Amino acid sequence: MDLLALTEAEWTAVRLSLRVATVAMLASLPFALLVSMILARGQFWGKSLLNGLVHMPLILPPVVTGFALLLLFGRRGPVGAFLAENFGLVFSFRWTGAALACAVMGFPLMVRSIRLSIEAVDRKLEDAAATLGASPAWIFLTVTLPLILPGILAGMVLSFAKAMGEFGATITFVSNIPGETQTLSAAIYTFTQVPGGDAGAMRLAAISVIISMAALMLSEAMAAAAARRTVAA
Amino acid sequence: MRLQVEARLRLGTFAIDAAFGSQAGVTALFGRSGSGKTSLVNIIAGLLRPDHGRIMLDGDVIADSKRRLFTPAHRRRFGYVFQEARLFPHLSVRGNLGYGRWFAGATGSGEEFGRIVAMLGIGHLLDRMPATLSGGERQRVAIGRALLAAPRLLLMDEPLAALDDARKAEILPYLERLRDETRIPIVYVSHSVAEVARLAERVVVMENGRVKASGKTAAVLSAPSPTYETDRRDAGALIVGVVESHDEGHELTNVRAGECLIRVPHLIAEQGQSLRLYVAGRDVMLATRRPEDISALNVLPGRIVSLSPPRQGSVDVRVDCGGNVIAARITTLSREALDLQPGKQVHAIIKTVALDY
Repeated sequence: MDLLALTEAEWTAVRLSLRVATVAMLASLPFALLVSMILARGQFWGKSLLNGLVHMPLILPPVVTGFALLLLFGRRGPVGAFLAENFGLVFSFRWTGAALACAVMGFPLMVRSIRLSIEAVDRKLEDAAATLGASPAWIFLTVTLPLILPGILAGMVLSFAKAMGEFGATITFVSNIPGETQTLSAAIYTFTQVPGGDAGAMRLAAISVIISMAALMLSEAMAAAAARRTVAA
Repeated sequence: MRLQVEARLRLGTFAIDAAFGSQAGVTALFGRSGSGKTSLVNIIAGLLRPDHGRIMLDGDVIADSKRRLFTPAHRRRFGYVFQEARLFPHLSVRGNLGYGRWFAGATGSGEEFGRIVAMLGIGHLLDRMPATLSGGERQRVAIGRALLAAPRLLLMDEPLAALDDARKAEILPYLERLRDETRIPIVYVSHSVAEVARLAERVVVMENGRVKASGKTAAVLSAPSPTYETDRRDAGALIVGVVESHDEGHELTNVRAGECLIRVPHLIAEQGQSLRLYVAGRDVMLATRRPEDISALNVLPGRIVSLSPPRQGSVDVRVDCGGNVIAARITTLSREALDLQPGKQVHAIIKTVALDY
């Protein structure tokens, strides 16, 4: 058997991981944009509390985050029960739960990246846009958004990369079900637990290295572009 | 066109309490840095909200704190040219120029676009990005961008301050054309007497957030005891003249002012165009006899009108040279040595290069 050929089960894990990471990244983007804007521009009581809350998943052991998700978004959890009843959205032991876990784990990275780019925007440019007749909404769309776009893209890439590597919170929240919640990391873990699984673990590990490296390099390139473009002329 | 501004605003320990009116043409807000000029212009633009105040343009109430009325900046249609050009770095020059035009409903035809681009000489820059432009080019694009938004009023906050002398000389003629060719009233912030003298019809002198004096440029700038303490170093007199001819070989412009012919450096302005020159008192020498073999090109015979009381060892002598009053700053020692008295015949000597902008 060719050492480089992936088995059907391995392919399933790779595809699932890509789907989970993509959904996690896209679903958390609007929230990250909103929270970044609030943290970068807002002046309100409890701002540091919000900041701390956003950064929690970065500091907490992933198992704790996964456990918290289980309590909140599980079938009997307050949020989980509400969403299941009203929207038919079930997280526990589904790939959607894996995506939620990945989104939460990648959230602080995405917010940090977007927030930094918002803070780098020269507000004087927004004033200039206002004197040219642009309303606040138009200013955001035509000036702020284009200027922070590299930061947003970099944040998305980071969130994606984090999701590809996420393990602890996912396995705690949605377990390790092949074809449903067994992502790349979980599959590698499973391979290492069975005799003769080394070859499979190696192949998947190689794939995860390639994907993560590509994501990081893309993110670096975009951060550099962000730095170049937000310098006001 | 009539703009009326009344504003009171406390910014930390600094307070602005100013009121002025302006008519069509250029009104200069003049004063040293930190006198509150920029804050006042930001209040007019709607970027700063005054504690108390009222802004009216042609009877149209733009903001009135008593009636709790405040038109946000984007609905005022007041063009604003900032000290730094503030071009959008992600848009090309064409995109920057089109920005305000689009929000103005692109009422101006393509003809308007072409006319303003031609007036500012930026046609060859349209496809460039702002980062690749020189300081002077950026500022011209910024002026074009503000004009193309079809403003009712144009605010300019020291648009030349960030530029070196060569770039200033490059842009000033465009500002003069802007003043002469468009009918948009302009509020022009500056701390430079020379700029104010050359551009503005009316001057509002600001000091510590308050209006210290206001009136016609010639009257305010040439007042015997300068009403502006801004920079005594810069005190002088304003001469209004008409471009009579050009000396292309030597790159000089001859300006006729009353009976005097004054030579000004560079080939500026068209023949027949009216030009205001500001002659700083420290650039003027006095001689009791006509000097010969001297490099200074402008030797104007005249009669002393008055002498100011001495201050810090110098006096300002006002000389009537064929209908123009020129102020000369000389030491008290020179005054005694030459025995200068009102009524005495003298020659005022002005180096041509001292009239550079």
